[in-house]
Amino acid sequence: MPSFKRPKSLADVKFHYCPGCTHGIIHRLVAEVIDEMDIEGETIGVCPVGCSVLAYDYFNCDMMQASHGRSPAVATGIKRAKPDKLVFTYQGDGDLASIGTAETIHAAARGENITIIFVNNTIYGMTGGQMAPTTLPGQVTQTSPYGRDTAREGFPLKICEIMSQIDGVAYAERVAVIDYKSIMNAKKAIRKAFDVQMKKQGFSIVELLSNCPTNWGMSTLDSIERIKTQVIPYYPLGVFKEGSIR
Amino acid sequence: MTEKSLMKGNEALAEAAIRAGCKCFFAYPITPQNEIAAYMAKRMPKVGGVFLQAESEIGAINMVYGCAGTGTRCMTSSSSPGMSLKTEGISYIAGADLPCVIVSIQRGGPGLGGIQPAQSDYYQSTKAPGHGDFKMLVFAPDSVQEMADLVAKAFELSDNYRMPALIIADGLLGQMMEPVSFADIKETNATVEKNWKADGHGSKRKKNIINSLYLEAEKLDAKVRERFERYKEIENKHTQVECYETDDAEILLVAYGSTARIAKSAVRRAREQGIKAGILRPITLWPFPKNEICEAAKNAEKVLVVEMSMGQMVDDVKLALNCRIPVEFYGRTGGVVPDPADVLSEIKKIKGV
Repeated sequence: MPSFKRPKSLADVKFHYCPGCTHGIIHRLVAEVIDEMDIEGETIGVCPVGCSVLAYDYFNCDMMQASHGRSPAVATGIKRAKPDKLVFTYQGDGDLASIGTAETIHAAARGENITIIFVNNTIYGMTGGQMAPTTLPGQVTQTSPYGRDTAREGFPLKICEIMSQIDGVAYAERVAVIDYKSIMNAKKAIRKAFDVQMKKQGFSIVELLSNCPTNWGMSTLDSIERIKTQVIPYYPLGVFKEGSIR
Repeated sequence: MTEKSLMKGNEALAEAAIRAGCKCFFAYPITPQNEIAAYMAKRMPKVGGVFLQAESEIGAINMVYGCAGTGTRCMTSSSSPGMSLKTEGISYIAGADLPCVIVSIQRGGPGLGGIQPAQSDYYQSTKAPGHGDFKMLVFAPDSVQEMADLVAKAFELSDNYRMPALIIADGLLGQMMEPVSFADIKETNATVEKNWKADGHGSKRKKNIINSLYLEAEKLDAKVRERFERYKEIENKHTQVECYETDDAEILLVAYGSTARIAKSAVRRAREQGIKAGILRPITLWPFPKNEICEAAKNAEKVLVVEMSMGQMVDDVKLALNCRIPVEFYGRTGGVVPDPADVLSEIKKIKGV
């Protein structure tokens, strides 16, 4: 009988994440994949500024904490010095799609052999729920209290769609973590991205549609429902780019 | 006889960095430092190193952060407006106790300023190279040979003390050609093992974390204090100056970098005219040579600080002397290089002859 255990590469400490947040699930998926590839000792993770700023305490591989948005540049520096290691960044949507847009786009364009785990919950969580570049039209946040008005605040960025246009990208997939089936699929996508990197095929990114019950102001179940009914229709799931760049 | 090459300061610095063990260089174009990147782009692939042009100065300094975090010797270079962009990354590098070398070939400012030589980033380099309580080692060469020699020293001290080191020069030193020898420049290993590096633990050690976040106030306070203990040791051991005719100097000049060479010419001419002038040239701007300045000023009636700025280092000279002796200032800005004759006139003016 298989038993449900903590992955070896996930530290035995309590997460600081809010109740109902899916960061915990995503951490676990990344750790399970690292275990399955038996690569913890050869992995260096980069955590961002945002809710997952403390991720360096949660993974048992070597970790670096980067300044806001700069994780892809930090990962580039690591990878260029140590090209045979597995290097991943773990970033939220404010970090990646707002302040870190340049670093993200150019790491992708260079075809850096790194993997970005991109957690998109359509809001700045850690700072208390401000509008993000990924915030949906009409979505109420602390800094869009009357709902995001596209006439005033413009439109959300669709990162996987942007990635699909960049020649350096070997793999880009958007998944969700809302039920058993989607979670298993998300894990497959992470495994695929790490495999692409280890085969030196180019840049890989997995965008995970995530929730934020605290700042969305709803129960966990309602937040999952919101992903299904509002977020996925705007950010469709699927593989946006696949194939070695070399 | 030692073989010498005729090289630009920027090129000599790049060659010396490679010889001193620099394995990765992260670039972004800006005048007047472009020769460094151009040289690295040619040489690095031939010596098994990494040259990478980043998307911005911010990208480049964060690549340095990641690379340095793996324990690899690495470098980036820029000029004034680009240095402003690097300050965020430099603060994180200092906060995570990472060694690296940064090169700043100053140009006129503020804003886009100009592309001619200047020394108006003294405050930025020595006082506020980023947010938070920290210091960088700051070396100020005055010749093409010193551009080469000091970059090697910067790598060594940066590794030993786990902190960023800055080479601060200007467009004049970067662009001019002089004979340079690399005979004495070699890779020196850190005196301490880099057991902190995050390059994959290989299941052989506990994991390492490269980080500058300390949420508990007492822990952050202790961390900052520990760093300042290291700084104290550096101040005691590694302050560096060059003194010329200071023993009996009645007028003591203080200047660094290319301005020091101009001031030295003025000192020579003053001596020819019977004025007892001398010059102290700080080679390290941090640590600043406070005691050395006091010693050199022991017979001085007045001190004259010469800079290509509106007067920035002059504050540190006043503090070092504790206002015991009048400190005068002469400076040009915007890329205007002072003439030895103008400096000589200043010497005569304050001497009252």
